[in-house]
Amino acid sequence: MAVSQMQQRYINFTTSLFQEGFVDEQFTQLQQLQDESNPDFVAEVVCLFFEDSEKLLGDLSKTLNQEPVDFKRVDGCVHQFKGSSSSIGARRVMNTCVTFRAFCQDKNREGCLYCLQQMKQECYLVKNKLETLFQLEKQIVEAGGTVPMAE
Amino acid sequence: MVTSRMSSAMRMKKEKNAACGENGNEPVQCDEMHVLAVDDCLIERKVIEKLLKTNFFKVTTVDSAERALEVLGFHEEQSTCAASNAFKVNMIITDYCMPGMTGYDLLKKVQETKCLKEIPVVIISSENVPQRITSCLAGGAKDFIIKPLKLADVTKLKGHIKPPKDVVSTSANASSSGPVSSKRKISSGRARGKMSERRPRVGGLTSV
Repeated sequence: MAVSQMQQRYINFTTSLFQEGFVDEQFTQLQQLQDESNPDFVAEVVCLFFEDSEKLLGDLSKTLNQEPVDFKRVDGCVHQFKGSSSSIGARRVMNTCVTFRAFCQDKNREGCLYCLQQMKQECYLVKNKLETLFQLEKQIVEAGGTVPMAE
Repeated sequence: MVTSRMSSAMRMKKEKNAACGENGNEPVQCDEMHVLAVDDCLIERKVIEKLLKTNFFKVTTVDSAERALEVLGFHEEQSTCAASNAFKVNMIITDYCMPGMTGYDLLKKVQETKCLKEIPVVIISSENVPQRITSCLAGGAKDFIIKPLKLADVTKLKGHIKPPKDVVSTSANASSSGPVSSKRKISSGRARGKMSERRPRVGGLTSV
């Protein structure tokens, strides 16, 4: 495949990520911050986020399955998750956090458990999407091309 | 048309050595600036650090207000500092919501400590709560920014930085932490303007 075709494929894929709401302008900002001094900045931050998300999701699962549920603790976890997902531009994950916090405030355990499932699903989806994105970038670079900035 | 990825960070790095400051203040050399960033979330610290480094020479990140006070050389018992502003911090950017000591608590502690009170404090928060914003600005914060922090926010922060030399506070000094000045009112307006800029689609207040 020619570099220009790879670049077009990359642009199309990136565009779809934005259109489907997986990432937002904050993700673009992270990409803009990446430079020669730290060429893997985005991948590093994203990797940290998913490591952190595994711990948080585990903690949430455990806390929601205890009796009685410590909603303050759940809320604290979700608040943190909202902040970190917002920082990397993982829009759909962040949106589930907003709904999750509303259920926390209502002390609605069933609602929280539902949100937890949603959150796991969204994390899984965006993780796969971003892994594909990084793979496409790698292919372009290895073929001697430059990674385009897609809007 | 395929273009190479631009890096706003690259452009900003070229401008980093340029003098900055505003409203007739003495120009500030940004590559001498040291910012202390406080946030309990690791991912947010990483992003903030990268953002700040596009505009400031040195960035120190800590995960708590308590740790921030240690870095600043603050001693609780004497309510003083081991050496005046030991790490020569020129600005503090702190998350509002943190376990233990909050960003607001840190702001108050800095304000009431003689050797620290000249350091401008900016609060950042993921929550757009007007009462919180008002109390932080009234409490001496130079600005209140809704997360996530953007490059445009960081560029504006340069205006709050005090020059590294010991400049006597005057009415023209934007970073003065003295009595409420027109600069603070401008900061208040800026924060409110920032809220509407950030959430143009929300007619009222956003509660999350």
